[in-house]
Amino acid sequence: MSFLKIQDIHHTYFSNQTAATALADISLDIEKGEFVSFLGPSGCGKTTLLSIIAGLFPPTSGKILLENKPLKANSDLSIGYMLQQDYLFPWKTIEENILLGLKLIKKDEGLERIKTLKLLSDVGLGDTGKLYPRELSGGMRQRAALARTLAVDPKILLLDEPFSALDYQTKLKLEDLVFETLKSFGKTAVLVTHDIGEAIAMSDRIFLFSANPGSVYKTFKVPDELRELTPFHARNHPQYPMLFQTIWKELESLEY
Amino acid sequence: MWHLFIQKLGDGTLLSHSGVTLFETVLGFIIGTLLGTILASLLWWSPRLSKTLDPYLVILNAMPKVALGPIIIVAFGPGFPSIISMGAIISIIITTIVVYTAFREVDPNYLKVLQTFGATKTQAFREAILPSSFPTIISTLKVNVGLSWVGVIVGEFLVSAKGLGYLIIYGFQVFNFTLVMLALMIIAVFATIMYQLVELLERKLIKD
Repeated sequence: MSFLKIQDIHHTYFSNQTAATALADISLDIEKGEFVSFLGPSGCGKTTLLSIIAGLFPPTSGKILLENKPLKANSDLSIGYMLQQDYLFPWKTIEENILLGLKLIKKDEGLERIKTLKLLSDVGLGDTGKLYPRELSGGMRQRAALARTLAVDPKILLLDEPFSALDYQTKLKLEDLVFETLKSFGKTAVLVTHDIGEAIAMSDRIFLFSANPGSVYKTFKVPDELRELTPFHARNHPQYPMLFQTIWKELESLEY
Repeated sequence: MWHLFIQKLGDGTLLSHSGVTLFETVLGFIIGTLLGTILASLLWWSPRLSKTLDPYLVILNAMPKVALGPIIIVAFGPGFPSIISMGAIISIIITTIVVYTAFREVDPNYLKVLQTFGATKTQAFREAILPSSFPTIISTLKVNVGLSWVGVIVGEFLVSAKGLGYLIIYGFQVFNFTLVMLALMIIAVFATIMYQLVELLERKLIKD
């Protein structure tokens, strides 16, 4: 039985005059510890699907099962969600920010607190706990956001283009950090991106989405040689450009 | 004017009049801001309530509040309660509207972060909505300092028993403009001090 099961998801956005189908007939399975990417042109509903998995709103029809149980929003903290920007609260210190999730379930004291502060040094921000987000660079803030997401020990991580607002060098470094951190904790992750290279470098499987209505067009398995490498080294592997070309052609064909 | 100041200070009337007005203004200011913020929170809490009350808010905001003076005096009697109500009512509606707008303009992504952490509505309000609206609330406080003085002075004009507003009206009627100017100066000093206190609060509350 798969870890996360997405069954026949349909989603339609309604307004007073129109109905726009964002997702049609999406079914996919994700295994425990797997890193998958949703790749596709803008407007293909990949972020909508991620929001549905996160439980931010219910789909029009279909269901999502996590470990064979229906995913209920807000029941327990099984989902970690990382956004395009860090969205650290500017009036809280870094320490308060990353303890936020635990504070909401009143577990921000004792052992949990120590564990979380350890997490902060794991992402290389050990001595910034007392600083405010504005005193940190963009890359450091996104790392703090990663620590905040991991602090509640979610079963699955949803990454909504978390690297898209960063400069290239920071992005490459952060890709490696996220990849290694997730692997070492054995976390399952779903990455939404429009960057083919990023999808190949980081994931085990890639779901290519087509638009109008959003649906899974094709699934690519990333070869084992690439999966075992960190994203930075994967980009230099001879297999990388081959897969890149394949996916590129499929994406091109989608646009016409 | 200085002579009059010393004289009035000596016989204790100035102190009692200023004390009365200051007390009424501070109370009116606090009640107005607090009720306005609470009302804004209720509107944020219940979209249904906010839809229902929206037209009333618009009309009440457009209405000159001092015109309600006589009605308030009939309702609360000619004394403290009426004057304090005047000081409060003049700032309640505008506070509600401005603070409610600030609540609604909070970046929804902050709420998304909290929602994925399973936050309740109360928690979302406390962790994101309220703190990110502090700058707006502070600037409303600054406006309300001025407004509650208007309300209280007008209230005292109408009730005409005690206070600096009474001194102004009295001085005007007996053509003692030194007294009028003295009262105005004292109001200016107190209003400035209140404004400074709000700024002090601002520095304490907003760290960035």
